[in-house]
Amino acid sequence: MTASNVDQAPGRKSGAGGTALTLLAWLIGITMFFPILWVVLTALKTEQTAFSMTPTFIFSPTLESFRSALAQGSGYWHYALNSVITALGSTLVGLALAIPAAYAMAFYPSRRTDFTLVWMVSTKFIPAVGVLIPVFLVYRSLGLLDTRLGLTMLFTAMNLPIMVWMVYSYFRDIPVDIVEAASIDGASTTQTMFRVILPLALPGLASTGLLALILAWNESFWSLTMTDYHAATLAVYTASFKSGEGLFWARLSAASVLTIAPIVVLGWFAQRQMVRGLTFGAVK
Amino acid sequence: MAIVELKDVAKRYDSVPGKKGAEHANAVEDFNLTTKDGEFVVLVGPSGCGKSTTMRMIAGLEHNTAGEIRINGQDVSDVEPRDRDIAMVFQSYALYPHMSVYHNMAFALELKKTPKEEVKKRVQEAAKILDIEHLLDRKPRALSGGQRQRVALGRALVRQPQVFLMDEPLSNLDARLRVEMRAEITRLHRRLGVTTFYVTHDQTEAMTMGQRIVVMRDGRIQQIDTPYNLYERPVNRFVAGFIGTPSMNFLQADHQGETLKGEGFSCSLSAHQRTALGDAGQRPRCWLGIRPEHLHQVGASSGSGRLEGVIEVIEPLGPVTMAQVRIGETLVTAQLGAHPGIQIGDTLTLAFDPDHVHLFDIDSDEALGVAEAPSASSAQATA
Repeated sequence: MTASNVDQAPGRKSGAGGTALTLLAWLIGITMFFPILWVVLTALKTEQTAFSMTPTFIFSPTLESFRSALAQGSGYWHYALNSVITALGSTLVGLALAIPAAYAMAFYPSRRTDFTLVWMVSTKFIPAVGVLIPVFLVYRSLGLLDTRLGLTMLFTAMNLPIMVWMVYSYFRDIPVDIVEAASIDGASTTQTMFRVILPLALPGLASTGLLALILAWNESFWSLTMTDYHAATLAVYTASFKSGEGLFWARLSAASVLTIAPIVVLGWFAQRQMVRGLTFGAVK
Repeated sequence: MAIVELKDVAKRYDSVPGKKGAEHANAVEDFNLTTKDGEFVVLVGPSGCGKSTTMRMIAGLEHNTAGEIRINGQDVSDVEPRDRDIAMVFQSYALYPHMSVYHNMAFALELKKTPKEEVKKRVQEAAKILDIEHLLDRKPRALSGGQRQRVALGRALVRQPQVFLMDEPLSNLDARLRVEMRAEITRLHRRLGVTTFYVTHDQTEAMTMGQRIVVMRDGRIQQIDTPYNLYERPVNRFVAGFIGTPSMNFLQADHQGETLKGEGFSCSLSAHQRTALGDAGQRPRCWLGIRPEHLHQVGASSGSGRLEGVIEVIEPLGPVTMAQVRIGETLVTAQLGAHPGIQIGDTLTLAFDPDHVHLFDIDSDEALGVAEAPSASSAQATA
């Protein structure tokens, strides 16, 4: 074995193959990041520069579009508050439902547990538009259209299967012996859950919560179809910039940046937690 | 302290979640046992024999599908584990990873809302007995295997339960630590006098720790007895082969009048053995069981009560040497002296004392009579 081989990190390719792979990885990365870069740059341009056919990367940045997007009439803070309430609310309700469901399936499995799990996740195979009419009619009858409660319920239902699945997989990584030891030590099911299982599964639960929060925050189909103004979220706010007086790229981009910024910032701070949670128990 | 009674206890799985084809499995059948107050009972047997299931039924972690389990006269079959006043030590230790050693040990008492001072006192006492006082602030991940084992014992100890249940608690430790902890658990039992059930697949652990041993196989009790009686008077070929290291040697023999003849050997029967075997016409064949420690190396010229074969394996263990000798189709293990002066490929002649011979039915494997205590009047082995 040569010295260069010894120094090389395990699994890393050397030479031309390695360089090509690195270039490919960068290309894919930049391609995926490009829309975000484009939106941020466009938001900092004037409408005139933004609409120019030849793309410009060097320009004098302006916050004019942001000022316009945040102007009093735009209602940004109203939409943002709705987004926070519905995303946070659906995440908390989702966790409150997913934890006991996953607990029962992980620690007291029945013959139908596997089937139930697959069935729950299979509901995600159906496109949302497929159930739009019945949901809309039921919501209209119950007076839930354009309400925060109605949207929170929809977001909860939308994310629940994936939340149960995730929490279930974290619970499965906890040895059953620990649950049994707690039961012999005198703990009730609730005490076992709150004092033993939840503290152990905390990274996984945090990760599940973050994912649910992101999915609810970014949801647009139900927000656009089931709300008008009262419960409308930032998705509706962003969409509102493409109508009316015409298309204004810079203002639309600024609105998009303002919509995605909170969740990107949250995701940035929580990325370590997310990675830890998503790989929780992967290596024993 | 308590008397534990298991009466006609059975465990039947109608189906196993996630496993097809395992329907209607009988994990334990007709289990009957009554302990003495403060007795140390060991459940031993190969994997899947039902020993852990039996213990889990006593703990209440599994529900017995038939029979009764009584602790101090009270039927606990439908009582939750937390209300049975038992403590259990798990094979995996099952310590709570997010709690310190102190809180692991105090958890059960805190749940019972025991006053803090009392909790502290009992944890300190248990920690002192187990010599883990200096570890109380640590988390389980910062402990070695042996230390975790002590904490698991400590967690059971602070409860001051009526019954201790230990499910293979030493199997994750290295050989040296296992021997140390074996002695420590025995000492602890003598000191506390709490009725204890101990599950193991290791017959050495069973023999050294148990006051009574329950040997199990395929969900059924094979024999319940003291270590001495299990060794000296096994009731069937399974128990005879399971108890003792290395295992007992079994040779098929033909019953001819007052002698037994097999491939390369013959031995005459004592009056007791003749009675046990009955007529040669009734039982023309049987199994002859000889423990390795009852085979002795003798000179090739000697003529009576002998086995002769070629040495295939030699295992020097220090004070003794194990030799595996091919006799016809059978590989026989003999325990020889420290320096037997033998080599692989040598022909070795072994003598056995007919007083220590065990006889088993060729079909049912049941023991035929029990080997008599060694005496001058017992049968003589002949060539």
